Amino acid sequence: MSEEHEVLLQIKQLKTHFHLDEGILKAVDGIDLTIKKKRTLGIVGESGCGKSVTSQAILRLVPEFAKLEGELLLHRTKGNQKGEQVDLAQLPLRSKALREIRGGEIAMIFQEPMKAFSPIHTIGNQLMESILLHQSDNRKEARHIALGTLRKVGMSNPEQRLNEYPHQLSGGMRQRAMIAMAVSSNPSLLIADEPTTALDVTVQAQVLDLLNELKETVGTSIVFITHDLGVIAEMSDEVAVMYLGKVVEYTDVDTLFHGAQHPYTEALLGSIPSISRSGARLDTIEGTVPFPMNLPSGCGFYSRCKKAVDGVCNVADIPLVEVSEGHYVRCLLAGQ
Amino acid sequence: MLRYICNRLLQLIPILFAISLIVFIIIQLPPGDFLTTYVEQLRLTGTEVADSTIANLKAQYGLDQPLYAQYLLWMKNMILHGDLGTSIQWNMPVSEVIGDRLMLTIIISLISLIVVWAIAIPIGIYSATHQYSFGDYFFSFIGFIGLAVPGFLIALILVYIVFTQTGVSITGLFSPEYQGAPWSWDKVWNMLPRLAIPVVIIGMSGTAGLIRITRGMLLDELSKQYVITARAKGVAEQKLLFKYPVRMAINPLISTIGWTLPALISGEAIVSIVLNLPTTGPVLLKALMVQDMYLAGSFLLILSVLTVCGTLISDILLAALDPRIRFGGVNR
Amino acid sequence: MSSVMSRMRRGIRHGLIRRKSHEPRMDTKEVYEAASQWRLIWWKFKKHKLAMIAVPVLLLLYLMAALCDFISPTLPVTRFADYKNAPPQKIRFIDESGFHLQPFVYDMKQQTDKETFRRSFTTDTTKKYPIQLFVKGEPYKLLGLFQTDVHLFGNEQAQAPIFLMGTDSLGRDLFTRILYGARISLSFGLVGILLTLVLGLLMGGISGYLGGFVDSSIQRLIDLLVCIPTIPLWMALAAALPRSWTPLQLYFGMIVIFSVIDWTGLARVVRGKVLALREEDFTMAARLSGASDMRIITKHLLPSFSSYIIVSTSLAIPSTILGETALSFLGLGLQPPAVSWGVLLQDAQNLQTLAYQPWLLWPAAFLVVTVLMFNFLGDGLRDAADPYK
Repeated sequence: MSEEHEVLLQIKQLKTHFHLDEGILKAVDGIDLTIKKKRTLGIVGESGCGKSVTSQAILRLVPEFAKLEGELLLHRTKGNQKGEQVDLAQLPLRSKALREIRGGEIAMIFQEPMKAFSPIHTIGNQLMESILLHQSDNRKEARHIALGTLRKVGMSNPEQRLNEYPHQLSGGMRQRAMIAMAVSSNPSLLIADEPTTALDVTVQAQVLDLLNELKETVGTSIVFITHDLGVIAEMSDEVAVMYLGKVVEYTDVDTLFHGAQHPYTEALLGSIPSISRSGARLDTIEGTVPFPMNLPSGCGFYSRCKKAVDGVCNVADIPLVEVSEGHYVRCLLAGQ
Repeated sequence: MLRYICNRLLQLIPILFAISLIVFIIIQLPPGDFLTTYVEQLRLTGTEVADSTIANLKAQYGLDQPLYAQYLLWMKNMILHGDLGTSIQWNMPVSEVIGDRLMLTIIISLISLIVVWAIAIPIGIYSATHQYSFGDYFFSFIGFIGLAVPGFLIALILVYIVFTQTGVSITGLFSPEYQGAPWSWDKVWNMLPRLAIPVVIIGMSGTAGLIRITRGMLLDELSKQYVITARAKGVAEQKLLFKYPVRMAINPLISTIGWTLPALISGEAIVSIVLNLPTTGPVLLKALMVQDMYLAGSFLLILSVLTVCGTLISDILLAALDPRIRFGGVNR
Repeated sequence: MSSVMSRMRRGIRHGLIRRKSHEPRMDTKEVYEAASQWRLIWWKFKKHKLAMIAVPVLLLLYLMAALCDFISPTLPVTRFADYKNAPPQKIRFIDESGFHLQPFVYDMKQQTDKETFRRSFTTDTTKKYPIQLFVKGEPYKLLGLFQTDVHLFGNEQAQAPIFLMGTDSLGRDLFTRILYGARISLSFGLVGILLTLVLGLLMGGISGYLGGFVDSSIQRLIDLLVCIPTIPLWMALAAALPRSWTPLQLYFGMIVIFSVIDWTGLARVVRGKVLALREEDFTMAARLSGASDMRIITKHLLPSFSSYIIVSTSLAIPSTILGETALSFLGLGLQPPAVSWGVLLQDAQNLQTLAYQPWLLWPAAFLVVTVLMFNFLGDGLRDAADPYK
């Protein structure tokens, strides 16, 4: 049962549906994920597959008109409910408990640090706001913690940075500040939503190293969201591949790269450029992601799948099946 | 910051110069000049004017000189002696005719501005945060009406309704006993309640416009990433609203002062004519009608200068509030 | 009221207020992209209920203005000497003998109060005038082309008093005058905006396209014009129009005044768009494939901000109409014998007259409805012009 203890966040049948004039948009349509302590879960998929919405749904950050269903069972590590399990999906939106968890136990790093910071408040102001909310009531102490965190994320001249505005920092520095803001309260879970997509390649590597380092030193779990399988290989322990709001393959990182069974995962892997295959044409996935509204029944990947069988794949919804221990695939043809 | 202000002040000089030139050209546009009109009026009332008197008057007002000389004379007197010229219609220095009236115009415009902000911004915030609520539709509807009905019509209808209901004429700013009286606390006290009507009427369309702008700006800001960041940090909704999106939305609103103020001054001019207020509007109208050029020109010039000052103040405020402008960083 | 509110609610849901969501919404593009830009605008516009009310109302108003001589029972200059300051008559269907399908009005008799010497009208039920359709009356030229004397409604007796909205101090039918006034006031908005558009596009386009010295001087000019408060400037310029001008000359003079002041806003936006578009990839692509400047402007630049122009135009028309009314109301714009709503409202300026002849405010009602409808239309267009949002 020691395995059971390691679980930090259990996501059960999470759904996020947007009710729009045009119909119901099923951005996230029933996903199950388990996030273990001090491990990194990578979520990978094309844009529009629902991975960002998933991450926002965990913290209940989706717009209020979106309908959220399912369970988000979090083992609390702080506050007076420490050690208990709470269902985030049941917490009232404006409750104190939810606010304590946001930023305190689960922190987020966003894709574009320029947009994620308020342009008219100093870095220090925004960094200390988080610390003052979750750690200390004393401004002096908060400032001290802020400086320490900035040093920890490798920011040069932390004293000076505190009084600077976001537009005065470089992209990489901004993302470091963003990470500092997220880890300042020693959260048990860090959700990184494409944290490196907007950065230069060299800076990307630095930020990824920093995150891996923090995972060790702070002892936090990470949910890492990206469309880049290369980054996944570098960062993740477990990987969930998402397509059209559903998890299509869910396994540990080695199995994914060496024994993927879902045609979509295979196609994704095939589209990675690799030095060993130089000269050969890259595989591409035919067509585009269908619009996640009023979808036909059956497998979501049916329209683009090379292995699809008419009358089999497009009949009923495909269940997620455990093909071997810890390896789940949503495909009828898996293993064949 | 100081450098920014100085820079802006320096930019003002050519603008003010150009405005004075434009104003001078505009008041020279009507065919004939005010003296002709004046003499004609005298003739109509039966007073014969000798040619020598006309020539004297012409010399006195510099009308016998070429236009550029007239302009230079006007500017010289204005800058060196603060002399705006003489009003031919009132037969006294323009500054004396303008003095009190201008002050009232400024007071009414400023109070209107404050009232507009005090009413529009809370409503705008409410509408944006309570999208689709009854209150939101209600204020949107009121806003449409406020935009569609011009101030002078509201004034007219209001005056009519009050008059038919009570028999009281609410035109003017003072009760009869204070009309010609010198300024005193009693007179100010007497004026305040009467000020409410023009302020409300002038502020009406401005309020409607500002509500819509505030609402739109705030809705834009509310969906921005940094709001989600703050929410993800665990900031309470109320605090978050005022610290980030409202604070951000205020910036563009401050830059609207630049055009709200002239709009208010414009609206004031026309409403005060209908309400017969002792402000600049009615005098400007009359001065334009009888081609009392220095009076009309001075009004135009001063109203324009007020506008320029309003813009300047809003720019400085904006720079003080927004670090991106202050540091001349990203220009967006 | 409740039906208005529900209409508002739906209107707002579809138009005024847009739901903002994040990533998923971006994908709606793909579904939409199949339709042309104008189709999209039309779909979105149709959802804006207030705008859909505005369209037929505005069409009706402009139709009435165009056919004003046919619709009105008499001519704007015809005086009914016995009916000065007469109040609006009630259209009746019932008299002492019962209900009649044909509506009629009773005659009015003038009386003078022996103490106050005020004249007033009482209904004279002994004489009634049926309202007939397509009657012969004063001759006029329909649309300025066909000589005719058929009016939509009236009474076969030429001097029969039918005053739906009362008369003025000279005994002229106000309804007729409002219709003729609509012709001037409503067309003023359109013609005025046309000139403003030309000026704004030209100046903004030149400014943005040429850049350099031309650009900065045009920009400084705009800065200057914006500094002078609009209404006092209008007043000053309108006062400069010679009194000896004919109504037509005054009409165009006023239009020039409005355009000369109003073009600045449009020019700024056009310049901004041109500057931004110059840097766009598709402009570069067009240039690389050898398209001429003119072709780039007409084929690529103009269509890309035509929606903006339509929206800003629909919002500028009502303000031009309001401006003309305000100036004419003050006596600075169009002068009698020209008839515009502003000129008609001049009569309502005096509190005493207004107290005894409140029907003189009828032109204001037309004005408010027109402006309101244009605002609804503009709002609908603004929302529709951005269908991706």
